[in-house]
Amino acid sequence: MTAIDTVAAAPQLSRRLTAARLPRWAPAAITVGSIAVGCAVGAVAGLESHLQWGLISALVFLVASYTASATVEGRRQAKDRFATSLVWVAFICAVVPLVSLTFYTVQQGLGAISPEFLSHSMKGVVGTLSPDGGIYHAIIGTIEQVLLATLIAAPIGLLTAVYLVEYGRGRLAKAVTFFVDVMTGIPSVVAGLFILSLWNILLGFEYSGFSGSLALAILMMPVVVRSTEEMLKLVPNELREASYALGVPRWKTILRIVLPTAIGGITTGVMLAVARITGETAPVMMLVFGADFINSDPFNGPQQSLPLYIWQQYSQVNNEFGYSRAWGAALVLIAFVMGLNLIARGIARWRSPKGGR
Amino acid sequence: MAKRIDVSGLSAYYGSTRAIEDISMTIEPRSVTAFIGPSGCGKSTFLRTLNRMHEVIPGARVEGKVMLDDENLYGANVDPVAVRRSVGMVFQRPNPFPTMSIYDNVVAGLKLAGVKKKSVLDGVVEKSLQGANLWNEVKDRLNKPGAGLSGGQQQRLCIARAIAVEPEVLLMDEPCSALDPISTLAIEDLIGELKSQFTIVIVTHNMQQAARVSDRTAFFNLAGVGQPGKLIELDDTQRIFSNPSVQATEDYISGRFG
Repeated sequence: MTAIDTVAAAPQLSRRLTAARLPRWAPAAITVGSIAVGCAVGAVAGLESHLQWGLISALVFLVASYTASATVEGRRQAKDRFATSLVWVAFICAVVPLVSLTFYTVQQGLGAISPEFLSHSMKGVVGTLSPDGGIYHAIIGTIEQVLLATLIAAPIGLLTAVYLVEYGRGRLAKAVTFFVDVMTGIPSVVAGLFILSLWNILLGFEYSGFSGSLALAILMMPVVVRSTEEMLKLVPNELREASYALGVPRWKTILRIVLPTAIGGITTGVMLAVARITGETAPVMMLVFGADFINSDPFNGPQQSLPLYIWQQYSQVNNEFGYSRAWGAALVLIAFVMGLNLIARGIARWRSPKGGR
Repeated sequence: MAKRIDVSGLSAYYGSTRAIEDISMTIEPRSVTAFIGPSGCGKSTFLRTLNRMHEVIPGARVEGKVMLDDENLYGANVDPVAVRRSVGMVFQRPNPFPTMSIYDNVVAGLKLAGVKKKSVLDGVVEKSLQGANLWNEVKDRLNKPGAGLSGGQQQRLCIARAIAVEPEVLLMDEPCSALDPISTLAIEDLIGELKSQFTIVIVTHNMQQAARVSDRTAFFNLAGVGQPGKLIELDDTQRIFSNPSVQATEDYISGRFG
């Protein structure tokens, strides 16, 4: 069989290079159209929840973009458009809760925030009867507890990760990896109970910000180990070899070549771990105890913390004054975590290896 | 500076696999010795045994002797770190340290060994970069990141970094295989200049390159897939390329291999 025969024998594949395309405005038009249809159906059927309106619109959007494309452009293009539409719908489904949560918290919390709110504690305020009082003591407590937890967890986590990536071989490394994985899954309540029984009951220390930090450190450590491990693995082996070939010992290679190369990612990982523990309520509730007054000494006596404060205002004060303060504290907490994330990103960008000419 | 290497009865293993078998050769000081041979014949492995980089890979070990003048690199109490200070290495892919500037890259070896004096470091930077034919191109941007240079410049930066610690021997593992012909030419010229000070060993897949830069050439081959690589012959480059004593060498360099 000659080559010409083979081509001629191919089943009637279209050899045209051009094909009908939907106009560029079509996706936008379909979007607008399906939202209109969704709203109309929702209004006519008397559906209460706007969520249902949105879901109907999304469904209509998917079906409409597929059929429109299938009739004009053909099946293959239609599948492509369908996949694209699905990705967009999924993206919006993911973003909507996030945006609405932020928006709602800002809306509810902004009214509560004032200079007084940020600079006063709840000492001498009868929370149920007046809108006065503030979160100064909670901010102090959260910052100190998180800072202490980070000071404990970050070095241990970092060194563990260095061990696992640079030195770890055989059974010990496997065991460490396994326990880090197990630790990742420890519920925060259990971490709190553990410290409560070990530190406060068995060793007899009193409630303090520090005992809360210990529990937070337990929660933070596996996250730091995991993220640092991934970052260290990303450092190319060639750099280690280049350093060894210069007669640099292994420990110095790790300290001066490997860690600086990965420092951007490591910082981001640590900051994300910090953000994670900042919002932990359960261990703080058990170990820090919650105080109405300013206690800036994390080693002695009960402190306050933002998540715990929010919970107390909501469940114990439990009226409009409490709700308002809870929203205000929630907004401050979100802003705090977001600020940490931004700092982490800034550091990552600033420290990451540059290729500029 | 520039020492003779005397290898006798050297075998290298990765775990239980033997990568090279019973190699003995002498590498003359102040000359360029090229290793040629098909992929997988153990040239790079052998090169890496000459500064104990081989054992960086988990499970890798070596049997035999490598004498650097009168010291056995594999003798008892020999510190691999010290070995690598006197036997430097340049790798296949340019690998400047991405967090460091050009300046810091050049003096990385000295700085990490504890040399701090600015005047000493400044001198070394200029001398090494000039030695690597890179000084004129980068002297105005020594504080820019080394990763911003072109591939050929990066490789010369790596050579500058390797010669900055003043080793006795310089090993080069296919230093030009990631570079264009012009950068390759620059590196080859550089090798010609460096051989007045260092003992140079270069692994290359490019036979013309071996013929151009080296004084002596070693041909490695392996009996088959999974078999350890062996040294077939080592002779003056001119002889290897005109009148080799082993048939396999002639087959390989004339393209009749296989």
